Amino acid sequence: MSASGDLLHVVEPDGLSPRRARFGRAAMWGAGAILLLVAGAQTMQALGHADLGFTTWRPTLYAWLLWMTAFCWAQVLIRGEAGKRLLFVLPAAFFVGSMVVFPLIFGLGIAFSDWNLSSPDGRRFNGFDNIAQMWGDPFYWNALGNMVWYVLAILVEYVIAFGLALLLNAEIRARRFFRVAFLLPLMLSPVAVSWMIGKSMLEPRFGPVARLGRELGWENPSFFGSPEIARLTIMVMDAWTFIPFMMIMLLAGLQAIPKELQEAARVDGAGGWRGFREITFPLMIPVSITAILIRIIFKLKLADVIINVTAGGPGGATDSVTSFIFREYRDRSNVGYGTMLAMVYLVLIVVAMTLLMKAADRWMRPKG
Amino acid sequence: MSGQIFHDGEADLAHRAKWWTGRALIYGALALWAFICLFPIFWTLTTSFKTAPDVMKGNILPWWDFRPAWLGWRSLGLSPETIFEESTVREEFLKRFLNSLVTSVSASVLAVILGSLAAYGLSRFAYRFGPMRNGDISFFFLSQLILPPVVLALPFLVLYRELGMLDTRIGLILLYTLTVLPIVIWIMRDQFAAIPTELEEAALMDGLSIWGAFATIILPIALPGMVAALILSLVLTWNEYFFAALLTSTHANTLPVMVASQTGSQGISWWSMAALSAASIAPLILVGILLERFIIRGMAAGAVK
Repeated sequence: MSASGDLLHVVEPDGLSPRRARFGRAAMWGAGAILLLVAGAQTMQALGHADLGFTTWRPTLYAWLLWMTAFCWAQVLIRGEAGKRLLFVLPAAFFVGSMVVFPLIFGLGIAFSDWNLSSPDGRRFNGFDNIAQMWGDPFYWNALGNMVWYVLAILVEYVIAFGLALLLNAEIRARRFFRVAFLLPLMLSPVAVSWMIGKSMLEPRFGPVARLGRELGWENPSFFGSPEIARLTIMVMDAWTFIPFMMIMLLAGLQAIPKELQEAARVDGAGGWRGFREITFPLMIPVSITAILIRIIFKLKLADVIINVTAGGPGGATDSVTSFIFREYRDRSNVGYGTMLAMVYLVLIVVAMTLLMKAADRWMRPKG
Repeated sequence: MSGQIFHDGEADLAHRAKWWTGRALIYGALALWAFICLFPIFWTLTTSFKTAPDVMKGNILPWWDFRPAWLGWRSLGLSPETIFEESTVREEFLKRFLNSLVTSVSASVLAVILGSLAAYGLSRFAYRFGPMRNGDISFFFLSQLILPPVVLALPFLVLYRELGMLDTRIGLILLYTLTVLPIVIWIMRDQFAAIPTELEEAALMDGLSIWGAFATIILPIALPGMVAALILSLVLTWNEYFFAALLTSTHANTLPVMVASQTGSQGISWWSMAALSAASIAPLILVGILLERFIIRGMAAGAVK
């Protein structure tokens, strides 16, 4: 889709004077020099060569902000119209660059060190010790295994979401009421949901669901007792909040299918199930894949409910990677090891998602 | 007027019966799922008006099997008789509420500004940053969605500590902006791509600059999409818990952190917990009911190409 040239052609009337360009370069390099100077001075102090009275690294941050501003301004001064065009993308690019790329590189440094924030020793480079520790950490592998289960649960969510989208797309009255009602779970914060459902409705003595279970003949309803049931409960709670998300994407897909197609199918004698299987569903495959991929991305971040309802228990059966690392930090202040676990997780995710997207791409491409 | 001439045939009557069962099934399923969605909210609201015996007995319908009391709301300092009195709990709650409001609104606005500009630029001009072209730049922005928060959490914890930005609102705002920025760019890219470039060309002919054309011609057209992106970001940032739990402690912690810290303690009673939960979800339920159109529009934007 990306065109080689601009979609919007702009004639550039501005004669740029060399003085203006020189001034732009001066501003850019000047701000850069200030940044280097400040950062250098702070590094000197951090290494213990000189005490310049800095308490935090904020001066470097301000110098960095100054340099980014000067850089954007200089683009306009030097390049004129083309610089103004750059200004659309530059702020976001700088923002993401300083918020993601830099912390990631910084994080790599932390990942290869033994660093306990609560101990006074500070940071100590320890090479691949963290990886060795991770290799022998059954709880981390267990958490990764759980993530596979959690991601597989998406298939069930998808079926339910598809059913609901079909229902909402049918000719019904009070459509707006149902749409709002179905959407509401998505609005609620996972933390509130943890209490509302996990801690009160599923409470074994007074919770309404436990009561219902007892009415139906379940002797001692306990939703977090055995590992399997606890994992299932977490899946159900997460599904409850996120089914609306898939449902709305699928509904948008259903509404984009021209009505004529369905009518033509009906005229040809394909009603109900056959019409769905041979007309509706094939047309919905691209939307379904998008919805499932996005849902997987969100599922991989699953943590809030687990942290607040089970804290990973019983025996790590419900742990997700995120909640495990969260506890690793909160209980042991172990920044180095936690970051290494997170980095490994990131690599696994990127590999898995790339393979998935490749597979989806191949599957979606029309055969022929 | 003689009697009815045309009668439904046998086959048609069978068809009617089938139609009616179909309707009944559809509405049955709809009602069942609506119940599943609404019951937890109803349960939380009613529990906040219960007293201890009501909780134990599992009474559900207010006025039918229990008499509503202000117990839960009194503990929050929000019941009619305590609302004008001093209440430390209420002050605490309002402080957290304000923190949530400030962080989520600022982060969403910032993300919508940055994201809209970038999405507009990418939909109109060809860029080259070194080896990266438009497609790669778009992918660079969108790929941030995959990044799990846990990867950034600990580096940011250390960075913010060095920068003296732990437990500050601005620190949270920056991170929240980062988390919703890809979503905003994704939504806005579709919005801008749907606007024909002839509009700007006409404006440029009339002597407007690019930024002038963007501000006066394109923004008003793209406004509904921007509102959709803003609201979706608001929902996500208002509910965010993970970063807030790690990076704030006393000054800047948001409502989810307060709710979570209350759940942990065993002594807290159901009615006050229910009141707290209800108060923390109320704004978003209102948003959901009033602005449902925009939320659905925002989420549907990326689904259908």
